[in-house]
Amino acid sequence: MLMQSLLFVALVVGGTALISWPLGRYMKWAMDPADPSAGLAGWNTRVMRIVAGSLAAPDQTWKRYMLAMLAFNVVMFLVTYAILALQQHLPLNPDGKGALEGSLIFNTAASFTSNTNLQHYSGEVSLSYLSQLAGLMWLQFVSAATGIAALAALARGLAGRPLGNFFMDVQRASFLVLLPVAFIVAILLVLGGVPMTFEGAVLATTLEGVQQTIARGPVAAFVSIKQLGTNGGGFFGPNSTHPLENPGFWTNILEMFAIIIIPMACVWMFGRIVGRLRHAGVISAVMLGFIAVKITGAVYFESAPTQAFADLPIERTVGNLEGKELRFGATGGPLWSILTTSTSNGSVGSMHDSLNPMTGLMPMVGMWLNSTFGGVGVGMINMFLYIVVGVFIAGMMIGRTPEYLGWRVEAREVKLALFALLAHGLFILGGTAIFAATPWGADTLNNVGPHGFSEILYEFTSASANNGSGFEGLGDNTVPWNIATGIVMLLARFIPIILPLAIVGSLSSKRRSAESSGTLSVESGVFAAMLASTIFVVGALTFFPAATLGPIAEHVMFMN
Amino acid sequence: MGSGKMHLLVSSIRIAAATMLICVAGYATAVWALAQAIAPDTANGSLIVGQGGAVVGSRQVAQAFTEPRYFWPRPSAVDYDGAGAGGSNKSPTSTEVANRGRELAERYGATLDNPVPADLVSASGAGLDPHISEEGALYQAGRVAAARGLETAPVEKLVRGAAVSPGGVLTPGRIVNVLELNLALDAMERTSGR
Repeated sequence: MLMQSLLFVALVVGGTALISWPLGRYMKWAMDPADPSAGLAGWNTRVMRIVAGSLAAPDQTWKRYMLAMLAFNVVMFLVTYAILALQQHLPLNPDGKGALEGSLIFNTAASFTSNTNLQHYSGEVSLSYLSQLAGLMWLQFVSAATGIAALAALARGLAGRPLGNFFMDVQRASFLVLLPVAFIVAILLVLGGVPMTFEGAVLATTLEGVQQTIARGPVAAFVSIKQLGTNGGGFFGPNSTHPLENPGFWTNILEMFAIIIIPMACVWMFGRIVGRLRHAGVISAVMLGFIAVKITGAVYFESAPTQAFADLPIERTVGNLEGKELRFGATGGPLWSILTTSTSNGSVGSMHDSLNPMTGLMPMVGMWLNSTFGGVGVGMINMFLYIVVGVFIAGMMIGRTPEYLGWRVEAREVKLALFALLAHGLFILGGTAIFAATPWGADTLNNVGPHGFSEILYEFTSASANNGSGFEGLGDNTVPWNIATGIVMLLARFIPIILPLAIVGSLSSKRRSAESSGTLSVESGVFAAMLASTIFVVGALTFFPAATLGPIAEHVMFMN
Repeated sequence: MGSGKMHLLVSSIRIAAATMLICVAGYATAVWALAQAIAPDTANGSLIVGQGGAVVGSRQVAQAFTEPRYFWPRPSAVDYDGAGAGGSNKSPTSTEVANRGRELAERYGATLDNPVPADLVSASGAGLDPHISEEGALYQAGRVAAARGLETAPVEKLVRGAAVSPGGVLTPGRIVNVLELNLALDAMERTSGR
């Protein structure tokens, strides 16, 4: 049992890490070709300039880059808002889905624009195929592309070059990175048994003569980019626990691979653009270390059998099976819960609400840190914030001017980084406090006591981390939940993209100095330890008091 | 709004149109066409057509079985609703899960000496898990055989033949697809009755 779990985890995480290396190399070529006017790269560049029009050519300042990104994201939000609001009048609606409530439309458009994919609706119940594809799947491509573009710009800035052009970057990420990978994964999912049809639901008469309506649809295309772009919003309500969204053991492995492959490759792409691959290796190692600790915790705590059955004539030979699918094996559920929250994916392969109390804490830790691989592009950007704070503290400790890659890190940059990191804590703890103390939250719970508190804490954590998973028992399709989490998702998306770009703008206005022997080497074990402790102190300890009120209290009260 | 900002919106709209065309229309159509060509059965939902030509269900989706003559699937928090799936989302420490466990254990006639396998009383994530464990099926074999007036041995043999290991060496237990098992059971009775 233990050996099988170890082998399984090693296959998924290790195998993906291996493949992330060539993908990172490809992403560097796609996003930042050495000569963007020659050969195949030149052909790509010319076509994309035609698409983008007159603004595609010049390099942009960080402010201009940010404005272009915001303009594109406003268009993204409005287009999807319109499609969702008008779905009952639009085509590709074989099951006749009706109108959606206003605050739900706002929440859903905000959720998919911000790459969160928090879902206060259930796909097969509420949405037409057009809403799923042209509204949501489209955003799953372009919101992920926005993150990759932002990382490419940040890395160019740190390399001492102009940031580049957002309108080119977002196309490079969409067409050259996401589209081909998504196509390959979609075809593999089809081979694994995932449906891909435009036919409506089918009415079956079961062997016992009962009617059963079986929803289906263009699932494979959707699920592929949902997993790859750290989006996570499922075609069906219960996401990748649904047998038509994830039919078997091997599709489960493929979907877990797809969760972490691009976030892992993003670190290599970053390393290649700044020209410091060994530094990227150190960052990757720190990220993998955090993931390994969380996976160990989750698999261990989830191996305890369902506590509620303790005194009943029910076998206690297997771990907790509530909310889990048998075809994924015992380790599939807890492993997925870590991968999906270490990145900002948010798809689920088991019901997080029904995880054992301490297992349920591990995904929350992943989202509190939000940088141990993190979302596509933005995970590495969050890590950059921790690096800025980390080198500053280290510089203070050894009494030298803090530097990162030769750039002097001063009060202004550290203030911006800390503001972005602490905003995360404010959104989560502030929101949880308000909803836990008022009927807005208290009236929507599915579980009582500390587990109910965990439902609220998880929801705000997920919204602020742009994750999208949930303790789904929570009755979250209410106007207060829709509006509060909608606002949190948008702020928590754009603050940690804009402020890092501002930091790079500020750094690159200074003169770059050569790294000397007195500088803390960013390729050293000391740097790794410094970074890990910064992440732990800033990212995890902020939330420890809240954790004691939820999962830890439940564990102490109920588990024997 | 200055003309510079206006240009930003124009470029954004052009890229929105291009990505919509290629990453949505082109991509979805290509995946759909390939899926319908290479795997039309699963691409349309793995439907099973019964003897009378009507659809009896999907191989991948659990359906309700309550009669003693059929193997029963895992409990479903959504009553096997194939158009509104979901889990219980109850904490594994909750009294609701304990109460459901108690009721189902009684229904299976479980005793402390002969406890019911846990998967038969735990709701799955989507409420549509098509599988039960091999132990869970063998646990029911006696009841199923008795309800059909069969010996237990051939029913157990049927279960063992239908059980598969989902991940080979990576997964310890074997699982059985309940709908396929029940169809095989009906077929076995038809041939032996002939």
